Amino acid sequence: MASNFSRILSSKQRIGVLTFVGGSVTAGFLLHRQHVGAAAPVRRSYPASADYPDLRKHNNCMASSLTPAIYAKLCDKATPNGYTLDLAIQTGVDNPGHPFIKTVGMVAGDEESYEVFSDLLDPIIKERHNGYDPSTMKHPTDLDASKIHSGNFDPRYVLSSRVRTGRSIRGLSLPPACTRAERREVERVVVDALAGLHGDLDGKYYSLTQMTDGEQQQLIDDHFLFDKPVSPLLTCAGMARDWPDARGIWHNNEKTFLVWVNEEDHTRVISMEKGGNMKRVFERFCKGLLEVERLIQERGWEFMWNERLGYVLTCPSNLGTGLRAGVHVKLPLLSKDPRLSKILDNLRLQKRGTGGVDTAAVGGVFDISNLDRLGLSEVQLVQTVVDGVNYLIECEKRLEKGQDIKVPPPPLKQFK
Amino acid sequence: MTTIMPFGNTHNNFKLNYKVEDEFPDLSKHNNHMAKILTKELYGKIRDRQTPSGYTLDDVIQTGVDNPGHPFIMTVGCVAGDEESYEVFKELLDPVISDRHGGYKPSDKHKTDLNFENLKGGDDLDPNYVLSSRVRTGRSIKGFTLPPHNSRGERRAIEKLSVEALTSLDGEFKGKYYPLKSMTDAEQEQLISDHFLFDKPVSPLLTCAGMARDWPDGRGIMHNDNKTFLVWVNEEDHLRVISMQPGGNMREVFKRFCVGLQKIEEIFKKHNHGFMWNEHLGYILTCPSNLGTGLRGGVHVKLPKLSTHAKFDEILTRLRLQKRGTGGVDTASVGGVFDISNADRLGSSEVAQVQLVVDGVKLMVEMEKKLEKGEAIDSMIPAQK
Repeated sequence: MASNFSRILSSKQRIGVLTFVGGSVTAGFLLHRQHVGAAAPVRRSYPASADYPDLRKHNNCMASSLTPAIYAKLCDKATPNGYTLDLAIQTGVDNPGHPFIKTVGMVAGDEESYEVFSDLLDPIIKERHNGYDPSTMKHPTDLDASKIHSGNFDPRYVLSSRVRTGRSIRGLSLPPACTRAERREVERVVVDALAGLHGDLDGKYYSLTQMTDGEQQQLIDDHFLFDKPVSPLLTCAGMARDWPDARGIWHNNEKTFLVWVNEEDHTRVISMEKGGNMKRVFERFCKGLLEVERLIQERGWEFMWNERLGYVLTCPSNLGTGLRAGVHVKLPLLSKDPRLSKILDNLRLQKRGTGGVDTAAVGGVFDISNLDRLGLSEVQLVQTVVDGVNYLIECEKRLEKGQDIKVPPPPLKQFK
Repeated sequence: MTTIMPFGNTHNNFKLNYKVEDEFPDLSKHNNHMAKILTKELYGKIRDRQTPSGYTLDDVIQTGVDNPGHPFIMTVGCVAGDEESYEVFKELLDPVISDRHGGYKPSDKHKTDLNFENLKGGDDLDPNYVLSSRVRTGRSIKGFTLPPHNSRGERRAIEKLSVEALTSLDGEFKGKYYPLKSMTDAEQEQLISDHFLFDKPVSPLLTCAGMARDWPDGRGIMHNDNKTFLVWVNEEDHLRVISMQPGGNMREVFKRFCVGLQKIEEIFKKHNHGFMWNEHLGYILTCPSNLGTGLRGGVHVKLPKLSTHAKFDEILTRLRLQKRGTGGVDTASVGGVFDISNADRLGSSEVAQVQLVVDGVKLMVEMEKKLEKGEAIDSMIPAQK
C-alpha cells in the first residue's frame, strides 16, 4: 500500500511549504504525521474473544465479514490519529439491520481506516460493490461531461434532474472521528474555496450556527436545509457530535448548485434543476467540482482519492464516484407493470419514492437513479442513467399506445 | 485496579496538536451545569489529562455539548467514565457537583446510613391516597469502568459477576435473571406488564454519552419471585436497585431495600469487587446528579386538590421534595396522581432522605384531606427543611 501513502506524504510536504506563505491551522501539524502506515497499537485488558460483538441477529455487510479471526487480528490496531476497529464497527453493532435491507454496518474515521482495516473493509467493499476487488482493481474517474449523449429528456415525463456526490479533504479526519478543530478546518477550507466561484456558480454560504430566521425559512422553502441526523445509522457512528458547530450550506444564486458542509461527509455536492436536461446538470456538476478542486489545490489542499478506491468518503457504499444521478419521472402505466423491477435491475437502476430513500412513489412519480458507485466512472454512470431513463420513457410511451414492452437484456457481469 | 479500554489512546494526544481555541466547544447557547463552569481557560488546563483507563475531558463533556439543554430545566451536561474521572477532572466536576447539590464543597463529607431501623414511622401512609411506594438507587462495581466507557468485554464481565451475586440471594430476595438479548417473547410480555422491562435509552442525554452502545448485549433484569425487589444490570449504571410495592408502607419498602443492598454488597466484596464509594462523594455513579445516596424514594399519591393549590410548588420545595408525572421524569400527572420523591442525593443519608419523603407525604395527605373538607391549610405550611 506504499503508493497511497506516498501521495499523502507529498501533499503534506506541499502543505508544509505553503505554511510559510500563510497556510492554515493544521498545516504545520500535518508535517509531523510522518508515521502514517504504522498504526499505533492499542492496549487491551480483555482478550479479543471477550470483546467480539454478538452478531448472530445481525444482517449487515460488516456482520457478514467480521469473523472472530479478523476481529482478533485488527482489534488492537489504530489509525495514526487513534481511530480503532471498535469505533468503525460500532454503527453496525448497534444497528442489526433489517431482514430485507442490507446496510453496510461500518464507517471510516479517516482515510487511513481503509488501509489499516482493509482485511475487513475489502470484503465489505466487494460485497457491496458487485464483486469489485480493491486489492487488484483500479477505479476510473472521468468528469468530462461533454461525453454524455442524449441527455435531454422529454419534459412531459421528467420533472427534475439531479446529480450528487461527496468529497473529503485529505489530511483531515472524517465526520465519525473528526475533532471540533478539524471539523472547523474543513469548513474554513471549503467555504474559502467556494468563495472563489464565479459566474453561474457565484453564491453564498449559510452557517448553521449563524443563519438568521429569515435565511433558515428560505432554505427550508427551497428544500435545501439539512437537519441534524436522526438516523441511528449515522448517530451511532458519531457523525452528529457537536451539532451544529461548523455545519452549513452553500448554494449558488441560481439555486442549481449546492454544497453541504460537514453533514455525513466533509462535503456533499449537488447539481440540480427542474426539467429533463441531465446533460446540463452534469456539466455544471463537473465544472463546479473541478473548479472547487482547483481552488483548494491553490491553497495546498486536495481531495481524498486513490486509484483503488476512487474518491474516499465516510461510508464504504459511497466509494468510487460517490455519485447518485437521478430524475423524478412520471411513469404511471409502467409503475403498474409487474416487469418494472426486472427492467430496472437490468438497466442497473434503482427506484425510490420522491421523498428519498425508503419512501413510496406518489402518483406514479419515481426517483430513478444509478445503483452502482465504484468501478465505473462518473461519465459511465450518468450515461447509464440517461440510457435507462430514455428506455423507461419509451416503455411508457409504448404502453400509452397499447403496445407491448420488452425487458432489456441484463448487462454483462462487471467484476466477477 | 486500572484497566485500559480498547479505544484509541492516541486520539487525545492527536487533538492536543490543535489550539485550545480551535477545540473549545461553542457553549454560547447552552444551559447546563457543565456549560456554566467550563471556560476556555479551564478547558485548556485539563484537556491533556486522561484517566488510567483512557477517559478524556471531551468524553466527559460530549453529552453536554450535544444537548444544550432547556431554558427551564438545568441538566448536568457531563458524565463520568470511571471512578477516577471524579478525581482527574475535579476542576470541572467539583464546581458542577457544588452547583447541582446545593453548594456541596470539595471538603464536605457525605454520610451513608442504610440502617432501616433509624427510619421513624413510614408504615402508616394512608393507602386511600398513597397508591404505591418505591425506593431506587444505583451501584457501581469497583474496578470496572462505567457505562459511557466500558467495552463489550468489560460489560459482559460486569453482567457475569452481577448475575452470580444476584442469583445467589435467598429468602425474600430469591429470584431470576432475564438477559435482554435472550428472553423469550412470553418473558418479555410478562416483564412489560409488570412494568419492569427497561428499554434501550432513547434520551439523547444518555445516547450522546455512549451508554446505549452494543444494546442489548450484557443487559438484563433480575427480580425476586414476589416482584418486590428488582435489579437492572448495565442500563445507565452498572446496577440500579429497586424496592417497591403497592400501598403506603414505605417502611417495609425501605427495609427490603437496605437489607437487599447489604446482602448484594457482601457478595461482591467476597469477589474483591465492592461498590465504588468514598467518604466525600458517597456512592459513585455515572451521572454526577446521582452521587451520594443515588437514592430516589417516592410514592404515587393522589393529590388532586393540593396539586392545584397556589402554594403546592413552594410546599414541595420547603419539604425538599420534587414532583413528576406517574410516567416518570418529564411526564405530566394524570388524574391528580403525582410521583413525589426526595430532591436531594448528596450531603444527607439514605435514612434522612427517606424520612423527608415519609414525613412530607404524610403532611401533604393531611393537607389534601383538609382541602376536601373546604378548610384552609395555611397554618400547616412548613418552614424550609
